[in-house]
Amino acid sequence: MQGCDATLTRLMDRVRGAEAAGSVLDIRGGGTKAFFGEVPRGEPLELEGLSGISAYEPSELVVTAKAGTPLAELEAALAECGQTLAFEPPRFAAGGTVGGMVAAGLSGPARASAGALRDFVLGATVLNGRAELLCLGGQVMKNVAGYDLARLFAGSWGVLGVICEVSLKVMPVPTATLTLCLEADLPSALAALRSFAAKPLPLTASAWVENRLWLRLSGAAAAVRAGRERLGGSVVEEAAALRWWQALRDQTLDFFRPDAASLARGEALWRLSLPPTAEPLDLPGRQLIEWNGAQRWWRSDAPAPVLRAAAARAGGHATLVRAAAKPDGAFTRPEATLLQIQRRLKHSFDPAGIFSPGRLCADL
Amino acid sequence: MTTESRAEPADRAARQAEVRAALERVLPAQAILHRHEETVAYECDGLTAYRAAPLLVVLPDTEAEVVAVLKTCAALGVPVVARGAGTGLSGGALPHRWGVLLSLAKFNRILAIDAAACTAVVQCGVRNLAISEAVAPLGLYYAPDPSSQIACTIGGNVAENSGGVHCLKYGLTSHNVLAVRGYTIEGEPVQFGSAALDAPGLDLLSVILGSEGMLAVTLEVTVKLTPKPLLARCIMASFGDVESAGAAVAAVIAHGIIPAGLELMDKPMTAVAEGYVQAGYDLEAAAILLCESDGTPHEVEEEIARMTEVLKASGASRIEVSRDEAQRLKFWSGRKNAFPASGGISPDYMCMDSTIPRKRLAEMLRAIEAMSQRYGLKCVNVFHAGDGNLHPLILFDAADPDQMQRCERFGAEILETSVRLGGTVTGEHGVGVEKLNSMCVQFSPAEREQMFAVKRAFDPQGLLNPGKVIPTLQRCAEYGKMHVHRGMLPFPELPRF
Repeated sequence: MQGCDATLTRLMDRVRGAEAAGSVLDIRGGGTKAFFGEVPRGEPLELEGLSGISAYEPSELVVTAKAGTPLAELEAALAECGQTLAFEPPRFAAGGTVGGMVAAGLSGPARASAGALRDFVLGATVLNGRAELLCLGGQVMKNVAGYDLARLFAGSWGVLGVICEVSLKVMPVPTATLTLCLEADLPSALAALRSFAAKPLPLTASAWVENRLWLRLSGAAAAVRAGRERLGGSVVEEAAALRWWQALRDQTLDFFRPDAASLARGEALWRLSLPPTAEPLDLPGRQLIEWNGAQRWWRSDAPAPVLRAAAARAGGHATLVRAAAKPDGAFTRPEATLLQIQRRLKHSFDPAGIFSPGRLCADL
Repeated sequence: MTTESRAEPADRAARQAEVRAALERVLPAQAILHRHEETVAYECDGLTAYRAAPLLVVLPDTEAEVVAVLKTCAALGVPVVARGAGTGLSGGALPHRWGVLLSLAKFNRILAIDAAACTAVVQCGVRNLAISEAVAPLGLYYAPDPSSQIACTIGGNVAENSGGVHCLKYGLTSHNVLAVRGYTIEGEPVQFGSAALDAPGLDLLSVILGSEGMLAVTLEVTVKLTPKPLLARCIMASFGDVESAGAAVAAVIAHGIIPAGLELMDKPMTAVAEGYVQAGYDLEAAAILLCESDGTPHEVEEEIARMTEVLKASGASRIEVSRDEAQRLKFWSGRKNAFPASGGISPDYMCMDSTIPRKRLAEMLRAIEAMSQRYGLKCVNVFHAGDGNLHPLILFDAADPDQMQRCERFGAEILETSVRLGGTVTGEHGVGVEKLNSMCVQFSPAEREQMFAVKRAFDPQGLLNPGKVIPTLQRCAEYGKMHVHRGMLPFPELPRF
């Protein structure tokens, strides 16, 4: 965090000021995910001044960047050295920041094979509610010194404190990539994905929508060739394939963006996170399936309790992502014992309840 | 919570009788061990230099019994230390003198295997290797492979976030566990994570993994299974100096290759290992690298060719690629036996476990060499080079108090140097009690206090494995003073980094 003293002092003053005044702060990055989760409230806390890549050595597979660094800047720097964020964070729109990416904790099409964002968080420097700057985790690949609190900030939506800087594990871009497209109805697509699971195939993404199953193979050229012979289907031209996976990742497909008229009719975009082998759900609307069946997006006008109950029955949970209104909240509420632990955790970092209250859950 | 100040031994006997009576109401008599000859086997884990007698050892058979033990202990304010196979190397399962040692060895069943989801649900006492053996007929395995995998349990792996030689490519325990089901100290059921890829709210699973049994008691783990690669081959590359071996590691990774395993041994270690298993190592080399590729046969062929090219360009003086599985296992046998081999040439050894940024490797090894001369103790080095995790083995004789003391100071200095080089005091063995002092060096008082606060969020009474992982302010103050007294820091004769 060298060279950021003035900014950090300003942030600490804001935290102390909020504590004294009993006010709350809404930690903001690029605002590209303001639509996601519960409605932000509080005085905006911007992180200008906390921007830039602090350290990057490709041979260490580690990059450290300040929270306000534009995600595009980070990704460009990695691409220049043939590396990438393997979890493919969704960007939704231009202007997102590294801190916002970590706070939201969202992962893209590669999640099922590469791991989640949290799996790539090695360390974080954060500001807690006592205006203390804490270095959590580290900058190395293997580290079990103390509790892994840096990873706890992944997907914390700001409720624990201000992420000031993060260290992330990065990976090389695979040498070869190929996309296949197969005609398949839902039951046969899910059956096919199940049959692939235990095989040593270089499958790095899958998506099913409108009776088409899209499969991405990446890795060594020989492995991709062998996988292609095994899976069949037609090869998608490279530029078109790239556009497809990018649109899926950033959710720019029409499926993810219900227009005003659909929203007014009560239709909403839901995300269901389920065990990958969950049976097809019987719900009104249409769906798009990713992560080999573990992430199922629904465009549905069914009432929220119906979606949540269906997800729970299948062993998962549901998130209301885009809707005209979210009267009963966006995320599923954690079970009582876990919620109590989470309340105490929030209190341990943020005793006065200053940071982004309600952004992740009404109780936090 | 701490009862350390109680007078011995009458108070302790009274407390033992009180706790025993309470537990006898909820457990069958044979599940409670209280005689010294029964409990002595539980006095230490893999870190045998530290020992403590527990008040009692309990061996519950059912979940209901575990809950009853926890509720009883919580009500009486008795510390609880959970134990799996006791193979940990940092004293994480060291008993508490005023506590109950909760052995979970009987929970050793594999409950479900789902090949389509590539998951298995196993009880906490299932051995790491037993999972891979059970799913082998399906072409699957459980990827994390700590060297104690024959004996260590998955519950212990969750507590320590164990690694192994393949974690650069396949991840640590934390990357291969989907859910942990267990109980809070109050006996409340909890599940962290789920069979889905995420769970609502804050990501508690991330904190549980590697929390050394201080936040909850793990009874059941849902693990991710990985399709077994069709083939694996290993390159053994020799280098004339440690610097070029370190540079070769960086070059392999800079070329976009993530080897399945990437291990380095220095010359003294190679000699010790070769003497133990005759792995065919190059005894002239200053360092050797083991670099493994796995996947489909074509993929392996392609990768071995690329690796060979990079290693040659980095100055490898000799390269040998395993011809077949037998030779590959032979290459690994020396590395995997590094610890017992060291035990064979020295009465005792102390294994360090710090991680440093890979680029500082040569610098670190030079610093260790200087320390070795200064403390008058031999040190051999194995290194998970791919992820920067170093295992220097300090050879000493514990029967000689002076050697013991020099060894401890040597070890502490390695850890402090690792922190100074931008690393961490433990990469995979955990803090336990062994590295409590070193935590004072790595974390600030505010950071340590935040960790205590996190513990209180899960365990408000501080009864689960108390006294481990996080040093108190007082302990750190004493450690700081000791440094000054002994003149250990700074070292005027050491080159500064």
